[in-house]
Amino acid sequence: MKPTSTKAVSPGFAKTGFVAGLATVAVVLAGTTGLWSATARAQDDGPTMILGAEFELSGYVAGEFRGFLDAPALPGQDDRRFEPSLILQPEFRLYWDRERLTFIPYYHYDPADTDGRTHGDIRDLSVYIERDSWDTTLGISKVFWGVVESRHLVDIINQTDLVEDIDGEDKLGQPMVNARWFSDYGTIGAFVLPGFRERTFPSASARLRGFLPVDTDNPIYKSSAEENHVDGALRYSNTFGDWDVGASYFHGTGREPVLVQSVNANGEPVFRPKYDIIGQAGLDVQATLDTWLWKLEAIHRSGQGDAFLSASGGFEYTFFGLNDGYEDLGLLLEYHYDGRSEGAPVTIFDNDIFAGARLALNDEAATELLGGFIIDQRTQETQMTFEAERRITETWFAGVEARLFLNADEGSTFDKESHAILRISRYF
Amino acid sequence: MTMRSFLNGLSLSLVMTAVMAGSAALTAKALAETPEKKGLAIAKEIDRRDLGFQNSSTVLTMTLKNKQGETSTRELRTDTLEVADPEVGDKTLTVFDHPRDIKGTAFLSFTKILDPDDQWLYLPALKRVKRISSANKSGPFVGSEFAYEDLTSFEVNKYTFVWLRDEACGEMQCFVVERRPLYEKSGYTRQVSWIDQEEYRILKTEFYDRRDSLLKTLTSTEWTQYLDQYWRAHNLEMVNHQTGKETILKFSPYKFQEGINEANFNKSRLARIR
Repeated sequence: MKPTSTKAVSPGFAKTGFVAGLATVAVVLAGTTGLWSATARAQDDGPTMILGAEFELSGYVAGEFRGFLDAPALPGQDDRRFEPSLILQPEFRLYWDRERLTFIPYYHYDPADTDGRTHGDIRDLSVYIERDSWDTTLGISKVFWGVVESRHLVDIINQTDLVEDIDGEDKLGQPMVNARWFSDYGTIGAFVLPGFRERTFPSASARLRGFLPVDTDNPIYKSSAEENHVDGALRYSNTFGDWDVGASYFHGTGREPVLVQSVNANGEPVFRPKYDIIGQAGLDVQATLDTWLWKLEAIHRSGQGDAFLSASGGFEYTFFGLNDGYEDLGLLLEYHYDGRSEGAPVTIFDNDIFAGARLALNDEAATELLGGFIIDQRTQETQMTFEAERRITETWFAGVEARLFLNADEGSTFDKESHAILRISRYF
Repeated sequence: MTMRSFLNGLSLSLVMTAVMAGSAALTAKALAETPEKKGLAIAKEIDRRDLGFQNSSTVLTMTLKNKQGETSTRELRTDTLEVADPEVGDKTLTVFDHPRDIKGTAFLSFTKILDPDDQWLYLPALKRVKRISSANKSGPFVGSEFAYEDLTSFEVNKYTFVWLRDEACGEMQCFVVERRPLYEKSGYTRQVSWIDQEEYRILKTEFYDRRDSLLKTLTSTEWTQYLDQYWRAHNLEMVNHQTGKETILKFSPYKFQEGINEANFNKSRLARIR
């Protein structure tokens, strides 16, 4: 085991930002634990108070076991097929009457990928101020936009933490100033986003890394300000009866890099991530009509080759109370279109169909199963996914996720990367 | 307001001012020529006595017991906002604190009179707010013996009522009233409630399933009157006779007309709710 470098701890994050973050972590940790133990005796009588605020500690520790069906196909990949790793995410919160301080550090230790998947992040370190007609979030935080299940087109504020999972649902904390106004005409949000976060990629020795390793030490920026370019975004959302509508515009460093073939300092072939300045308009709509959810997400992006349009849409239909029982069965169908051309990052969702089923047992253990596949209309390449989760006890939770890559051409990116993940979490 | 909603209506409990009680009972009787009219008059009186509470909040512990006596618990907070417009239902906001894997999960519901309710769910792991279908009326709420329809609005126009008889209930006298849902997708053919004649509190309800067999019994106890008007039960026990399972709700004292932020009843706020 080699010591974790700063780079591995927080890839792509401005080092000063990270050091400052780390210092804050240390101060908050020391402060809270000290004060916490000092006031521990008072806990029976009510919440622990710090600086006039109610203190709360929660979070989880998880053990993850990732196993691969096949031996690795790419040179330099670690050949263990079974990969245990450890995740820690405590959550510290201070609640004042209408203000809140949140601190959520994250650390993932994966001995099979100490340069990529082993990493830390500050998921949240922010102050939230809430008033009747407006609120604001200052600091590092996370925001989600969108309605579609199998692809997240519109969601752009936070960078994808790709080393966690290739589904793109794990995100890095993003420094932001976000202000929102609420009225009968909907919610308007404005974002100023200083400090770009680079996408995380598995290292050369890791599984699921793709055809060439990504040289995350040498990104290419379109902007001369590089990762210090200040990005901005606007968001409007509202509900019109059965319709929930969101519209957004983003200008700044695109979160999705183009991978440029290059060579690293040792003369080995690598991909260098290239981050362009883009403008992206987004629209997300959901119609909730009885047991049908109809969904659409669309974006128009300029700044990466020719301007293009992408769209994902479909439905989710639920049979509630199967056979007069407690179970719900949901059927999902989504289609993905993408109009991007050369100069834009490659996507797997160019002309694909996602079909899936979700079964919720609605039992005490909150058991849920989700199965589905994404088929490329052109190549017939298919990605099959199966997810299951349930509570084991009131503090332990288990989840399984399996991903099979079928019909992949010999030598295609994830041909030999079919895998399953078991995650056991202890919440506190 | 003709509506009462989630967890507030859950008590189906709501009762009314002492000042009005005597005369109201007389009025109900005087108008009641048929069992149907008498049943409806009682329901309207229950509803009328809960008007004007404006807003309330409470914390509750839900204990789930199976046949073997094994238990698990959930802790949740719920805020209710009465909407003055009688054509619109109340708004409720529910946030989970326990078990920890669903901590921070928030549920926002806008009850409607005739249309399906508007409901949003916030999932903290993904930071995602999702509009959900409110068609799952007969489904169990977080694995408990309470169905969603037991927890959402008691609204006079959603049922037909029949007064069955008057009957002693403990030391009190009760109306026994049957109601049948008019809305679709209910898990019940009918419910039979015992309502005390003094305060119009629903003390007990029996639920009959789609085959008209007795499915569950809800007993509401530990009543407190707030603001000299609004009665709330602080202990609700739902027993499922078919499975032997049981769910007990224990409510902390309610807060009325204090500490509710109306702005929080907004789907955009769910992701930042405490």
